[in-house]
Amino acid sequence: MEFLYFPGCTLYTKAKNLDEAGRECAKALGFELKELSNWTCCGAAFPLAKDNIMALAPPARILAKAKEEGSTLTTLCSVCFNVIKRTNRLIQEDEEKREKINTFIEMDYQGDVRVLHYLEILKREVGFESIRGAVKRDLQGLKVAPFYGCMLLRPAEEMEFDDKEAPTIFEEFLESIACEPVDFPYKIECCGAFQSVGAPEVATECAYAILISALRNGAEAVTTTCPLCQFNLDSKQKEIRERHNDFPGIPIIYFTQLLGLALGLPVEKLEFHRNDVDPRPLLEKKGLL
Amino acid sequence: MKIEISRGKVHNEFSQKVEEISGQNLFACYQCGNCTAGCPVSFAMDLGPHQVIRYSLLGLEKEVLECNTFWMCASCLQCTSRCPKGLDIARIMEAIRLVILRKKERLDHLEVAELSEEFLERVPQIALISGFRKFTS
Amino acid sequence: MGKVGVVMCPCELEGMTLFDPEVLVEGLKGRKDVLPLIHHQPVCSESGVEAIRAFMEGNGLDRVVMACSKPELFGPTFKKALRQWGLNPSLSGVLGIRPTAERKGSDDLQEALHVIEEGIDEIKRRKPAKGEKTPFVKRAMVIGGGITGITASIDLGNGGYEVLLVDRLPSIGGRMLQLSETFPTLDCAQCTLTPKTVETGQHPHIRLITYAEIESVSGEVGNFLVKIRRKAAYVDWEKCTGCGLCQEKCPSKVPSEFERGIGPGKAIYTLSPQAVPNKPVINPEVCRYFTEGKCRVCEKVCLTDAIDYAQEDTFIEERVGAIIVATGFDLYRKEDIGEYGYGDVPDVIDGLAFERLNSASGPTAGEIRRPSDGHIPKEVVFIQCVASRDPERYMPYCSRACCMYTAKHARLYKHKVHDGHAYIFYMDIRSMGKGYEEFIQQGMEEGILYLRGRVSRLFRDNGHVVVWGADTLTGKKVEIAADMVVLATAMIPSRGAKELAEKLHIGTDEYGFLTEAQCKLYPVESGVEGIYLAGCAQGPKDIADTVAQGNAAASKVQALFAQH
Ligand SMILES: Cc1cc2nc3c(=O)[nH]c(=O)nc-3n(C[C@H](O)[C@H](O)[C@H](O)COP(=O)(O)OP(=O)(O)OC[C@H]3O[C@@H](n4cnc5c(N)ncnc54)[C@H](O)[C@@H]3O)c2cc1C
Ligand code: SF4
Ligand code: SF4
Repeated sequence: MEFLYFPGCTLYTKAKNLDEAGRECAKALGFELKELSNWTCCGAAFPLAKDNIMALAPPARILAKAKEEGSTLTTLCSVCFNVIKRTNRLIQEDEEKREKINTFIEMDYQGDVRVLHYLEILKREVGFESIRGAVKRDLQGLKVAPFYGCMLLRPAEEMEFDDKEAPTIFEEFLESIACEPVDFPYKIECCGAFQSVGAPEVATECAYAILISALRNGAEAVTTTCPLCQFNLDSKQKEIRERHNDFPGIPIIYFTQLLGLALGLPVEKLEFHRNDVDPRPLLEKKGLL
Repeated sequence: MKIEISRGKVHNEFSQKVEEISGQNLFACYQCGNCTAGCPVSFAMDLGPHQVIRYSLLGLEKEVLECNTFWMCASCLQCTSRCPKGLDIARIMEAIRLVILRKKERLDHLEVAELSEEFLERVPQIALISGFRKFTS
Repeated sequence: MGKVGVVMCPCELEGMTLFDPEVLVEGLKGRKDVLPLIHHQPVCSESGVEAIRAFMEGNGLDRVVMACSKPELFGPTFKKALRQWGLNPSLSGVLGIRPTAERKGSDDLQEALHVIEEGIDEIKRRKPAKGEKTPFVKRAMVIGGGITGITASIDLGNGGYEVLLVDRLPSIGGRMLQLSETFPTLDCAQCTLTPKTVETGQHPHIRLITYAEIESVSGEVGNFLVKIRRKAAYVDWEKCTGCGLCQEKCPSKVPSEFERGIGPGKAIYTLSPQAVPNKPVINPEVCRYFTEGKCRVCEKVCLTDAIDYAQEDTFIEERVGAIIVATGFDLYRKEDIGEYGYGDVPDVIDGLAFERLNSASGPTAGEIRRPSDGHIPKEVVFIQCVASRDPERYMPYCSRACCMYTAKHARLYKHKVHDGHAYIFYMDIRSMGKGYEEFIQQGMEEGILYLRGRVSRLFRDNGHVVVWGADTLTGKKVEIAADMVVLATAMIPSRGAKELAEKLHIGTDEYGFLTEAQCKLYPVESGVEGIYLAGCAQGPKDIADTVAQGNAAASKVQALFAQH
């Protein structure tokens, strides 16, 4: 099994922990992530203006290159996934825009690359059953709240990822590695996204609402698939505490880190030191390190 | 408190520009408020997304451009996913941002120079890039 | 066999004229077996009908194919005329040809010609019924025994005609049997309904065929042959006295559909203590004997030996001259509404469940207690237009009764829980009936807080049902931590309505509501002569409108019968 892999900018720098763990887990599970050559930034936002064709060029170029190098493209970052998947869909369905884009990027791409998120690879290609079989470290009793955020789920007709109101793929994943998934109503809400740049206090409030809901429902940790969610939920806890003195704090762990842990990978490879709220004390307490 | 309504003011050039950029029909809105009800950041907005749609339809350009709603919008698509009329409200928010950002004066909402060193150190690229996409021309 | 007459109507439809009859006739030129009539006035006009008569008489024709744009309107009139002229209407056909925007295009013309040619061939195949004219059966069947079907049956019975009233449930009454009190008068639903059901049950001219469904229908007006499947009740209704002992002793307790899942029912049950007929049936899906092989408690306690586990479905055939379809409605399932938790959020119920909560015969004996823990809810949110008026995701139409029954629910709640608070999320208030607006206003003055907006999401948090709505009058997002939420979900056609319509060859709209011949002038006629429709089967409505339609359909049938 081989998949083309588009890491995206953030996974090369701030989100190395998401990336490294993802690559290591792929090895452990026996599938190959072949990094797309000479990739560029996807633009980090799918353009919502109907006349903004320019912003479609970077993701279109990524897709066209992927077509040259393989057939299925995967990402770890939810934002990149959203931008690339929506662009792919648009190229499939809108002939006029397709032609414009192709002229612009001087390539000929018809929208025929399959775009899957890493979680979908785990579910559909590897299978949660095989993951269950490959588990080496018992995470039993670790209560983890899966945070989906926006980008994987919406718009549902285009993302075709999971039920937009009550998704379950993340829970299924957690169960496959023997974690106890904690259902919480804010799992499909927004972390504040790029408002962490535009209106930081607003993003802080969004993050607070999410985390307090996870805590109230008994979570010991929250897991994410997205460096932007991770930033808002993890790195902003200091700000949250400044505004809400009832907030106790909670570790935010990338799903690939949890997977790596379960697969028995050496802890150093999982780069827990990069997480702002250090998850190691919790993992230690649970006897997992 | 009073607005004068006439053929020339309602659904004026501004309204039409918003419709054109967003590809949405402002007349289709029910004013049911579902968008505002589900919006995760409406607590910080001066007008709910549904009000912005109403004001835009009525051609109240100044009031719309002065409110913070579309700058607060996080493009999370919660509104879009539940609008009973199938309006893509997030696209309307983007269109209004662009009405400003595409002006000759280039009225950026975000000044990169004002972001602190410490902040730039912490924040991931993805937040910066998408933020610039949304807030700068 | 003689020639088949072909008549083309040149009328206009929604601004587009049909194909030029002369062009169509040109297309049929090759056929030696047809004789066309070109008439330049709409054929449904007096002169048009007369022209057809003269054409048929003059050429000695007994078969004719009509092509027009609205066969459902003209068809019944035309067949009636044929009968008056002493001709056999089953030897003629009325076909629909629809013009399109590019009607002059040859594709459309070919399509229309194809329809007409097939029609001609079909008519040629038909054989006149053997012997003399079949007698016209002056006996009616009403399908669906809700308040609509009951109303129509009583009218017809009082008119002296024999009526067969078929319902697939064990007893009649329909949805109204589940209601507690009804707007706009707030009188007890059972007190108004029971006299009607009893009258129906005892009426010398009405025969009840309950726990039965229509298997097939053939024939035509005056002589429909209906095959009915009587489902196995596992109780011999001849022997049963309706004493109720079996229900009392039955050990199986399951959430009951009639109680909308908020109260238990037994495996052997009647719908209500006042059920008509008051005879029980066994639900084999939950009965311990049927599922586990042992129990037979009901058999042991029955004093008249009426239990019969070996009973099987039986079939009956009946001839009737006219049929009224009154199969009513279901509610959109809350389990299919994602943003309101797919039915998984405790204490989120639908309107009919609230009716059961408020009913003296319901699971709480009429006390307002929330299902999860039996506590009396102090903050109750009512949401209107759930899955109605939502063209993007659910039903585009207005369900018509919800504004009123939601106001009713909130008022009844406040009457019972004095320190409770009722909130209603609404988009518009539609209270057009007599006394309806006053009813709403009184509710508002009694302290119901109306919030103008939709609810985007519901979820359980911290022991409450958290409601995220909007109040567009202040422009704000509203959050309420409610103890209970009542959803006024869309009224949809009852399960199986489409399949039944197919058996009857009558039309349905895209949702499955039966379509009337014409919404203004022929509101209770179907497209088939002798078949009528009434009540919520035709579209959402309240009891007053439903009863009016039941009356209308019955009077149509009486007029039809009076002609023979
Ligand atoms: C929560 C709620 C509260 C309401 N409160 C009020 C109120 O206070 N006042 C008011 O005026 N209106 C009220 N209404 C509206 C009222 O319930 C309807 O107008 C009325 O019940 C419609 O009657 P019906 O006979 O047309 O349909 P139904 O009551 O649905 O009856 C249809 C009958 O047909 C039978 N049937 C269905 N399909 C078949 C089949 N294929 N073969 C054989 N039988 C079949 C069913 O078993 C049923 O007995 C309320 C509605 C709801 C949902
Ligand atoms: S949800 Fe849709 S219809 Fe309702 S107010 Fe918002 S944009 Fe208008
Ligand atoms: S897309 Fe914008 S307006 Fe719509 S719900 Fe999200 S933040 Fe609110």
